[in-house]
Amino acid sequence: MTTQEWKFTAKDIASKPDLFLSGHRACAGCGPASALRLIMKATRGPTIVTQATGCMEIVGSIYPYTSWALPWLHTAFENAAANASGIEAALKIMQKKGKIKEHIDIIALAGDGGTCDIGLQALSGAVERGHDFLFILYDNEGYMNTGIQRSSSTPMGAATTTTPAGSINPGKLETKKPITEIMLAHEMQYVATATPYYWKDMLTKVRKGLEVEGPAFLHVFAPCPRGWRTEPSKTLEYSKLSVESCVFPIWEAVNGKRQLSTPSKLIALAPQKKKPVTDYLAGQGRFRHLFTPQNQHVVDEMQRFTDERWQRLLQKCEPA
Amino acid sequence: MKSQVKQETMALNGDEAVAFAVKQCDVDVVAAYPITPQTIIVEKFSEYVANGEVQTEFVCTESEHSAMTACLAASATGARTFTASASAGLALMHEMLFVTSGSRAPVVMAVANRALSSPLNIHGDHSDSMAERDSGWLHIYVENAQEAYDSIIQAFKIAEDVGVSLPIIVGLDGFTISHTLERVDVLSEDEVKQFIGERQLPMVTTQEGKTVPFKLDPQNPMTMGPNALQNYYFEFKRQQEEGMKIALKKIQEVNSEYAKISGRSYGNGLIDAYQLDDAEIAIVVIGSTAGTLKVIVDQLRKEGIKAGVLRLRTFRPLPVEDLQNALKNVKAIAVMDKSMVPGGFGGAVFSEVRNALYDIKDHPTIVSYIFGLGGRDTSPRDLRKIFDELTHIVKTGHVEKEVHYFGLRE
Repeated sequence: MTTQEWKFTAKDIASKPDLFLSGHRACAGCGPASALRLIMKATRGPTIVTQATGCMEIVGSIYPYTSWALPWLHTAFENAAANASGIEAALKIMQKKGKIKEHIDIIALAGDGGTCDIGLQALSGAVERGHDFLFILYDNEGYMNTGIQRSSSTPMGAATTTTPAGSINPGKLETKKPITEIMLAHEMQYVATATPYYWKDMLTKVRKGLEVEGPAFLHVFAPCPRGWRTEPSKTLEYSKLSVESCVFPIWEAVNGKRQLSTPSKLIALAPQKKKPVTDYLAGQGRFRHLFTPQNQHVVDEMQRFTDERWQRLLQKCEPA
Repeated sequence: MKSQVKQETMALNGDEAVAFAVKQCDVDVVAAYPITPQTIIVEKFSEYVANGEVQTEFVCTESEHSAMTACLAASATGARTFTASASAGLALMHEMLFVTSGSRAPVVMAVANRALSSPLNIHGDHSDSMAERDSGWLHIYVENAQEAYDSIIQAFKIAEDVGVSLPIIVGLDGFTISHTLERVDVLSEDEVKQFIGERQLPMVTTQEGKTVPFKLDPQNPMTMGPNALQNYYFEFKRQQEEGMKIALKKIQEVNSEYAKISGRSYGNGLIDAYQLDDAEIAIVVIGSTAGTLKVIVDQLRKEGIKAGVLRLRTFRPLPVEDLQNALKNVKAIAVMDKSMVPGGFGGAVFSEVRNALYDIKDHPTIVSYIFGLGGRDTSPRDLRKIFDELTHIVKTGHVEKEVHYFGLRE
């Protein structure tokens, strides 16, 4: 079934059996776990999942239990894309030799550490070699599995255990690594961003990524209540606010041609709808220290930076 | 033993012999990254791929870490896999070597043994794979290019045995074997394929009670590479040791079976004993140095000196009983190591051999010789001095030094 035929309605989703099963050990309100459960609903047939070490790997595979109703492989932290390379190479040759008849999709999953930091080399290599797989980054903006340390994907101003808010430093000093720009520079056929509040958009992008013959990259922004010090019940609210404030615009690029997805497009068309970053920052414990007079300049800088990236994105997008 | 089949004689260096063997083994996936002195293996294999001489998916990864990862993942998908590395490349794989053995993936790897930095040195010694001795891989070290060819073929049959299901390193001395042209007799491709057969997968029971092959398969979803906590991890590790025990038998079996078709065998597959039956002094060594030592032993025997050589072909699993039986009547032994154990007591092979012989009543005197690091040449004349020293020990009963650094400026 192609993307066009598959409507991704709530009814469709509900009627499809879960492939990432309940009983796992994720925290209450876990954004990545909610996203994963939905993402697996967008698979189109036989699929192998491989995963980097991280929260979502740990919570779903504690022996002798598993949350995975799909064939699933974990080997290490920095090599989800290399796992995918090996699986794809094996499937390809065994299909050629007639040992495997069906087509099998491959999804590689990694957090922001396993994608933007320690896993970047393997990812870049696998994409350059053109293996047929969908790499999904679930970005919760830090090393949450090891107890909330900074990653290159942690935003400026966020307090983590390795960038604590102190008397001199207001949390992380550096800005978030633009991973999707890096992946787009690999001239991939499909690169997109998504977040679980806009679930239909996210699932459509998963399916499109699977339909590409060759590597595809999907950046899923997934709030982490433990790491962000937010209410577990507000995960999807922050997912929504990240888009409304243009902190995390959603878009897709097919063969390098980039288009905003509807929620972000609506803001581009009606800029007055764009919410200030403070709406997004408020209520997040990791940014609590910013709401003081001496750290006002950090909030100002974050607003300026968000606006600047948003403007740059608009220039890069094709007219609607 | 005479060969049962017609063989062709080729002029190959060790690396080419490895590549040629891999070509004949119907390998599904080769994932590798070039590094001296292993590079010829991947270059030669690339030629086979470019000319359509193999049905293999060749993945030129961006690092050795990814090469080993891809081999492991391909193996988990049911493929027969091969890679090659050396020195810094093997060190970069370090993490994945443990994951591969722990995942029971029978990956075959040729290691063209080379020194580790620093200082940087591209020449032959055993520092690289000795640093991986606890990684859970089987280790076989060869004496020459012929044995490199033969051992690669055997390696697939050993590693893929469902009882073993462990990855295997075939070590060949950098440059001394990897780059030296030798006469190599090769079997026909059909003969090799028939000998190793198709890869057999271990059968496992699913939650539903079905018996299915152990691989990533959408028909029978399996979680591979899970977390095992305090309550299960230890059992996983203990099971690996069972694989090692089975390998001890399997290596001998394969050595004999291979001898039947090729006419070539290497001791019992575990140890290669030369003139040891009545030997009073002996040297234990791994790799190509054994060839030179055998020549010296011939000379010594002519002079009436009862000298022998034990080449440890299989280092993992360590053939403890074979070592004991072969060396129990020897009076003085020198164990030669082409690697160091800084801060330890003698070389790695020395420690292992000495440990293995401890339980023999009136065990021999055993001394350690560290030699040849960074590719330093050790001449036959130098090697003879070691036997002279052993003779001196036997005569006087006195050990002057237990650990020698041999052939260097001090």
